[in-house]
Amino acid sequence: MDVWAQLASGFAVALTAQNLLWALVGVTLGTAVGVLPGVGPAVTVALLLPITTKVDASGALIMFAGIYYGAMYGGSTTSILLNTPGESATIVTAMEGNQMARRGRAGPALATSAIGSFVAGTLATIGLTFLSPLVVELGLKFGPPEYFALMIVAFTTVSSVLGDSTLRGMASLFLGLAIGLVGIDNQTGQARFAFGVPQLLDGIEVVTIAVGLFAVGETIYAASKLGQAKETLETLRGSVWMKAEDWRRSWKAWIRGTFIGFPFGTIPAGGAEIPTFLSYAVERKLSDRPEEFGKGAIEGVAGPEAANNASSTGAMVPLLTLGLPTSATAAILLSAFQQYGLQPGPLLFEANAALVWGLIASFYVGNVMLLVLNLPMVGLWVKLLEIPKPQLYAGILVFAAMGVYGMRQSPFDVFLLYAVGLGGFVMRRFGFPAAPVIVGMILGPLAEEQMRRALAISQGDPRIFVTHPISAALLALAVLVIVAPWAWRRFGPRARA
Amino acid sequence: MKSLSPRAFLRAAAIAAGLAAAGAAVAVDNVKMMIPANPGGGWDTTGRELGKAMLASGAVKNIQYDNKGGAAGAIGLAQFVAASKGDPNALMMGGMVMVGGLIQNKSAVTLAQVTPIARLTSEYEVIVVPASSPIKDMKDLMAKFKANPGSISWGGGSAGGTDHILAGLLAKEVGVEPGKVNYVPFKGGGEAVAAIIGGHVSVGVSGLSEFAQHIQSGKMRALGISSAAKIGSIASLKEQGFNVELANWRGIFGAPGITKEQQAALVKAVETATKHASWAETLKRQDWTPYWLPGDQYGAFIEEENKRIGEILAGLNLGKK
Repeated sequence: MDVWAQLASGFAVALTAQNLLWALVGVTLGTAVGVLPGVGPAVTVALLLPITTKVDASGALIMFAGIYYGAMYGGSTTSILLNTPGESATIVTAMEGNQMARRGRAGPALATSAIGSFVAGTLATIGLTFLSPLVVELGLKFGPPEYFALMIVAFTTVSSVLGDSTLRGMASLFLGLAIGLVGIDNQTGQARFAFGVPQLLDGIEVVTIAVGLFAVGETIYAASKLGQAKETLETLRGSVWMKAEDWRRSWKAWIRGTFIGFPFGTIPAGGAEIPTFLSYAVERKLSDRPEEFGKGAIEGVAGPEAANNASSTGAMVPLLTLGLPTSATAAILLSAFQQYGLQPGPLLFEANAALVWGLIASFYVGNVMLLVLNLPMVGLWVKLLEIPKPQLYAGILVFAAMGVYGMRQSPFDVFLLYAVGLGGFVMRRFGFPAAPVIVGMILGPLAEEQMRRALAISQGDPRIFVTHPISAALLALAVLVIVAPWAWRRFGPRARA
Repeated sequence: MKSLSPRAFLRAAAIAAGLAAAGAAVAVDNVKMMIPANPGGGWDTTGRELGKAMLASGAVKNIQYDNKGGAAGAIGLAQFVAASKGDPNALMMGGMVMVGGLIQNKSAVTLAQVTPIARLTSEYEVIVVPASSPIKDMKDLMAKFKANPGSISWGGGSAGGTDHILAGLLAKEVGVEPGKVNYVPFKGGGEAVAAIIGGHVSVGVSGLSEFAQHIQSGKMRALGISSAAKIGSIASLKEQGFNVELANWRGIFGAPGITKEQQAALVKAVETATKHASWAETLKRQDWTPYWLPGDQYGAFIEEENKRIGEILAGLNLGKK
């Protein structure tokens, strides 16, 4: 088969000593970037772009790609250990993973996220190798009405993070929707809820709110209880490694996460956050222990971590086949190609087959490297939790501030972080869940934007959402997700019992 | 607001004195360049490439970059105005997008407060349709647009940006009220490109570099370009009978309140850099058109742009006072 021959030639490129070294440098840097707060893969690649004048194209691109997916591995570490998600795609990981860490299960949480990332990265690379042209064609069928319908489907997952009190959960969700409105409205160019503060014109970063609510809010709350209650934070219970039980619960979540994440990566308005929410909701629905969710269920780490990794590899599909960047990092990778006078797209596969297939082959190699790199680190990372609490909390606060400052070098964001942190403390004190705020903040603006775009295109005719078949099918699915459980209880076989 | 530190003042004084005494071009020592955008974008690339050429040509000895993105450059500009007042070694990147952004954001700081050094490059806007579109050419498009403005959806970058402004200028040219333009803004290049080649909008507007490869591969058809004369095989809007010209220019500024001599020294340093081989190579690699205009002429140009863009934004129902 042709693809096999191409892939074999790709491995010949990727396995040269020099390119192996570049891959190693890339994934190591990527892991570091993922762990360090405030330094994202996009900025790192942008700052390294000048090396393109010294290094050959395949070496540099292999390294840049390594930084990109390496960051997805590293990003989960701080989320699990310190509850400070460095990228918005690891916010869900923080929710469940940190709960695991608090119960002495940081080891298995880190392990399932590393192995899940490996499984997802590898499966997604297989998808990239064999399905690219097909997936791209499908992706282009998605226009604003289809995206809007997709966001509605994503909204149905909210129920899985609402918590015990629906009223409190919805209050949090609407707070998130409101925060999502801040900034210049992309459709009209008018500022909303910015109150004349220029720093608010570009909106509020999701990560700032997430770190504020999760890390700062929780830390203040925990500190306020310090000395009152007995030690609740166990450093280690049982083995550092995953037990048979953990494997059994993880593997299906990895596979499902991959299948949710990969297609999202390939569409231009997908992003890596939404598939993590979807995966979380799916795992919660399918788990035989739904009661553990919110208290450290391993599926809730395994699925979303696989999803975000699969989506970052999925982003390579439109980038390589069409030259279409679907994320900030992919956009910088595109400019790296352009530094060499290369233009990603179908022509590149013919003109520079060795380069493209070498790059694809390097994904397989890089994922193995990341697994080897990250698994032994688990034991080391877990030690971090043995730091006495006052110091650990202080460390978390410093880390959170550094990360948020690093994103835009804006002192304003640091003040905002602590203001949000105080808000998070109050919410925690009165039992309002933080996760719906984040879901609302991410989904709200996307849904609004796509809906208004769709209505602009149809000149105000709302039928555009049901006359487009994909959009209609997705909306039907959303209705089904909401109505089916109720109908099942009402009319199902056990309704009369 | 930070006042001038004694050291910076001495340095400034020394340079001014040196200039007055020698009257010749003196290399600027330690340039600090504010890039009011995040790493990786157009201003960042232009700024860093210019910096490279300044070093290579010996016009400056050392250069430091400070990225401060946000609000179409307004945040970086505000910091530049506040922190660099009178600093003869401070530079800031900027461009046409900033002019529109500042008007829309009703920014308190404006480009009139900084010192114009030089306009550097320009890029032109291209109008495309998906390969399968029934729209044949520019005349066909404008005829359909005139007959029913709402039926043509224009996909491009954010509202009030260069792409939107071009659509507004075209509307004005054919006698359609600019507010009637059915403009569909997208964030970032990827999303817009996908919507255009997927056939979700009728027309696409963006910088040539964003669309060039898709025009080459045949997924998009170019109808016209916003330059004075044709570029490659794409006929200009003017050549097709629509009197619209729009350049997405980029340029460089000095700090507020520097003297004429200090301004002249910076113009000289930038000019030296743009004459160096490394800059020529950059222009070629990035496909940028040189668009040189130094000092106060550049200042006058910005004033004119400010007026023209302000008018069209008001027509598009954006940036009202």
